Formats: sequence, C-alpha cells, structure tokens
Amino acid sequence: MTSNWPLPWNNWKKHLAIIDLSIAKDKKMSLDLKYTYTEKKDTRSGFGDGFLEAGRRNPNVVGLCADLIGSLKMGDFQKEFPERFFQTGIAEANMIGLAAGMALGGKIPFAGTFANFATGRVYDQIRQSVAYSDKNVKICASHAGLTLGEDGATHQILEDLGMMKMLPHMTVINPCDYNQTKAATIAIAEYEGPVYLRFGRPSWPIFTPTNQKFEIGKAWKMIDGKDVTIFATGHLVWEAVVAEAMLREEGIHAEVINIHTIKPLDTEAILESVKKTGCAVSAEEHQLNGGLGDSIAQTLIRHNPAPLEYVGVNDSFGESGTPTQLLEKYGLNAENIVKAAKRALARK
Amino acid sequence: MKKQSLPELQKICSQLRRDVLRMVHAVQSGHPGAPLGCAEFFVALYFDQLHHNPNFQMNGKGEDLFFLSNGHLSAGWYSVLARSGYFPVAELKTFRKLNSRLQGHPATHEHLPGIRIASGSLGQGLSVAIGTAQAKKLDQDKSLVYVLMGDGELQEGQVWEAAMYAAHYGMDNVIATVDYNGQQIDGPTEKIMDLMNLKAKWEAFGWEVIETKEGNDLAAVIAGLEKAKSLTGKGKPILNLLYTEMGYGVDFMVGTHKWHGSPPNDEQLALALEQLEETLGDY
Ligand SMILES: Cc1ncc(C[n+]2csc(CCOP(=O)(O)OP(=O)(O)O)c2C)c(N)n1
Repeated sequence: MTSNWPLPWNNWKKHLAIIDLSIAKDKKMSLDLKYTYTEKKDTRSGFGDGFLEAGRRNPNVVGLCADLIGSLKMGDFQKEFPERFFQTGIAEANMIGLAAGMALGGKIPFAGTFANFATGRVYDQIRQSVAYSDKNVKICASHAGLTLGEDGATHQILEDLGMMKMLPHMTVINPCDYNQTKAATIAIAEYEGPVYLRFGRPSWPIFTPTNQKFEIGKAWKMIDGKDVTIFATGHLVWEAVVAEAMLREEGIHAEVINIHTIKPLDTEAILESVKKTGCAVSAEEHQLNGGLGDSIAQTLIRHNPAPLEYVGVNDSFGESGTPTQLLEKYGLNAENIVKAAKRALARK
Repeated sequence: MKKQSLPELQKICSQLRRDVLRMVHAVQSGHPGAPLGCAEFFVALYFDQLHHNPNFQMNGKGEDLFFLSNGHLSAGWYSVLARSGYFPVAELKTFRKLNSRLQGHPATHEHLPGIRIASGSLGQGLSVAIGTAQAKKLDQDKSLVYVLMGDGELQEGQVWEAAMYAAHYGMDNVIATVDYNGQQIDGPTEKIMDLMNLKAKWEAFGWEVIETKEGNDLAAVIAGLEKAKSLTGKGKPILNLLYTEMGYGVDFMVGTHKWHGSPPNDEQLALALEQLEETLGDY
C-alpha cells in the first residue's frame, strides 16, 4: 500500500509541482456527472442552519462553544436562543464535562469547536464523561481534515474518525455537503445517544437534495454500477461522483456509495454492493489508519475478502495550502480515486 | 427521610468505615484512605443535607444531586448509597468483582442507582456538576448540586476551567467540597505539587469560600454544609474547604498517604475493625 503514495511528507519539496488547478476543475465540469451543482457552500453552514432548526423544533436543544461561534456558524442559534447557548471560553475539557452534565439533566447539548480540539484534546473527557457514561451529547467538529487549508497541520486533524469510532457507544457521522450536513444535524438531535458529527470549512459543491431525510447508519447508494464500488465519506463523496464520470468515459461502471455514517457502519449495504462489483475503493479525508477504509476492510475480510484500495492520507501530517492543492498533493481527489479504482479492478 | 440525631449519624459513620475496610480487604484492592477521612461528609450529606429521592432517576429533576469527582472514593460512596437505601446493603460484597454493579470506580454502565456519571479519571466531576446545575437553572429547578473533589485532584487544569466558568455564569446552585487531607498518591500534596493558598485561589477565581476546619467532626461538617447552603442563590458558586485526615478512625492509618490505595491484610483488618463499632450490621 505504501508504495502507491507518490508524496511522502518528508520528501515534499521534491514534489512541489505547480498544479494547474483551473484546468483540472474545467475538466471535471465538462464531464457527464450524475450529480451536479449550482451552488457551493461550506458544510459548517449546513451544521449552523441545521442546529438552528433543531433548536426551533426542540426547546431542550442547547449549545456550547469554546470561542469559535463564528467559525462553527452557531451564531444564529445564539441570537435566537441566547438563554440556551453557553460560551465556555477556550476550555474544551470543561465544555465536554458541562455538556455531559447538561445531558444528564435532560438537555440535548451540541458542543462545538474545531475537530482537533473536539477530539484529541479532550479524548479522555469524551471517553469517561460522555461515551462510557452514555450521555446524549452531540460533539460538533468543524474544520476537519486537510481542507481547512491555510491554517496547516496543527489544525488539520486526520485521526478524529479513528479516535471516535473506537469509543464504545459513539455514533460517528461525516456528511458530504451543505444539505446533508444540515439534515444530519437535525437528525442527531432526534437520536438519543452520544454522536460525533464531523464537517468542514471549504466552500463545497451542494449536490444532494435540499430537505433530504437523513437516516443515521444507512448508507446511500448514489450511483449504480457493476465494475467497482467507491465507498466515500465527507468531502470526498463529491470527488467520488466526479471519479465515477471519469471512469465511465473509459467504459468502467463504478457504483458510488455515500457512507455518511462511519459508525454504526452499514455493513449490509457494503457487502451487497461488493458482492455485485467484486472490488472496492474507500475514499476519505483522514488517515488510512483507523479510518473508513479500515472499517470497510474489516467487513470485507470477514465476509467477502474482495480487493480494496484506499484513498486517504498515508501516515503523514498535512500542511498549509488551498483545499484543492492539498487534496491534489495528498492524493485525495477524483483523479486518485480513478487510479485506485483501476488498481482494484486489476486485482479482481 | 426523617432527620436523625447526631449519635445515630455517628453510628452510620462507624459502619461506613467498617464497610470500606471490609470491601477493599475482600478484593485486596481499592482505596481506603480518603473514604475513611470523608465518612462524616458522606453521612452528613446523604442522611442530613440532601433533598433526594432514593427512587433513583437519572435526570434528578427537583432533587439535590451529588457527584463524586474523585471516583477512587467509590467504596465510601457505595456504602453510603447502600445504607441510605439506593440498593441492597448485601450488594456491597460484590465490590470490584466480575459482573458487579459496584465497579472499581463509579460507572453508569451497570445502572447502579445513585450514580449519574462515571468518574475515576480525575478532574472532570466539577464540570459535569456545573453542567447539571446549568440544566437545573434552565428548568427553574431550585435544588442544589454538590460535588466532592480531592485536593491532589485540583492539580488538574480542567478543574480551574470549570472554576472560571462557574463564577462567570454565577452558578450559585453549586456547592463544591474539597477533601483537604493534604495527601495524594506519591506523598503530601505540599511536596508533590504545592497547592499553596487554596482559599485565596478559589476566591480569586470568584467563588465564595468557606472553611470547615474540623472535617472529621460530624457536627462541624453538618454546620459547614448548612453554612454553604445558606450562601447559595447569591450569585456565586460555593467552595467548601473540608479539612480531613486521610485514614481517620483507624489509629495506624491516619494522616499518611500510605493508605491512599493499599488494602489492609487480614491482621490489619482485624486491628482496624476493633476500633470501629459495628452499629448497623456488617453486610
Ligand atoms: C487523570 C488522572 N490521573 C491520575 C490518576 C491516578 N490517581 C488516582 S488517585 C490519585 C491521587 C489523587 O489525590 P487526591 O485527589 O488528593 O486524593 P486522595 O489522595 O486524597 O485520595 C491519582 C494520581 C487518576 N485517577 N486520574
């Protein structure tokens, strides 16, 4: 697997090719895409709007944020429900404990900060006070992955899905665009139990329907295919949609499955698809270690050990750059999904 | 619950100490020192101060709640919970054993009545207590939230994050008690990491601080908690510095960190139990 990665992080200077991103983008737009978009927006705005809606539907929904209200798009909720919103200051450990306490008192707390500070920094607090104690806390994590861009590796957490999915009782959700994030946010308010909701900063195509119903734990087959299955999560679902069209131009019919819920994983949908296609690719904005690909591999190896190729970050930290540059450099875009699909096909 | 007289409450303290020692002895593990020192606090709280409902409800609406942040005092907490009717006293014999509801450190997972959050990893309980107190304020629920922390535990940064929050939001329905026994695992707190002037620290963080200098004198502990209660509802969170002695009640255990986490052997147990009257019947 390691040999597939052209850009080991310690050699990055050698590989500093200037990538003509506008050409790549135009190429995508001329493709015969099964899903298209007219507008782009950040998934965090989907969270913010969903949060407001959840707050309107249920007076028990409350919010907490550690000095990142603007970044998390929690401001509209705060404005409408000031008495139900708690600025905690830059004190994430306390925020998680507060949320656990509010949950046991019957509230539905949404605790928001950057994904790095919402997981790694407070892992033990989440483990003991939320997951082990089975508290109805929604951990809302923005700026996940490489695509937060210029802030660089200190903020680009690529291990959060792994950390969160390892915790018993934890539901882990990583929606793909504004609409899906909004729907997911509304759905988790109605679900009883701890949830990790991951979203991001970049402006991203809105290609899934407005007012969709979000079913936790239910994979969504977006495109039917027969040759290879692409399992994608988060921002990379869009890249998978683009990759599908690129593959189709070459006569390869890929099935695209949107795995918005990483835990509990819809193993039935995964196995059913791979039974048909015989090989698969996983695509995520996360480390290969502990990510979605790992979960899919576990499923396949037990029930149907078909070839699986991974698209993800291979044991490295990120760096500063624009989202598109970073996805390109770290091998996470549609072109890389296409390559991975071909590798998987060749191993069938 | 009908209030009991001081001598009656004293008897419960003695029985609690016996329970703790027999529990940790039976499994040759656990923490006897701090719960021995907090026996008066536990009994004063559960048998005199708390307005609570032994028909356990997780959300605790309309009743006073207690959180044990220093979860290693579990043996003491389990004893007072059982003795005040949360679960059968006989269940104390399952402490720390396989398939027990009485986990080494308190947990909600096994649904033991009286426990609302897991603790054991130190430094988290104050945040949880304040969160619950915040939920009570949202619900216009006038009851109080109590929490106990160790003094060594105060070395955790999260405690001070929580302290800041509570003052900022005027969490005047919170009464936090510090088991000020001056000991922690590796030695006296003064040597390990000096807490210096704790009263001044908490005051500087915006808390109303009271000192209960005789933390192993039941009447003084009750008076301290009464005072604390009288200070609630005035815009500030309340901190009760409870001066206790680790290992109190057993002459060879008192005042040293050596009994923080070591169980007595058979002989030591016998010697210790001779000093503590069996008042309510051993489990
Ligand atoms: C986060 C964390 N670090 C370390 C420990 C291990 N530990 C358990 S009790 C203890 C000492 C606590 O001191 P104090 O709060 O004074 O309690 P006491 O010694 O009085 O029982 C330590 C270090 C722990 N439980 N949690």
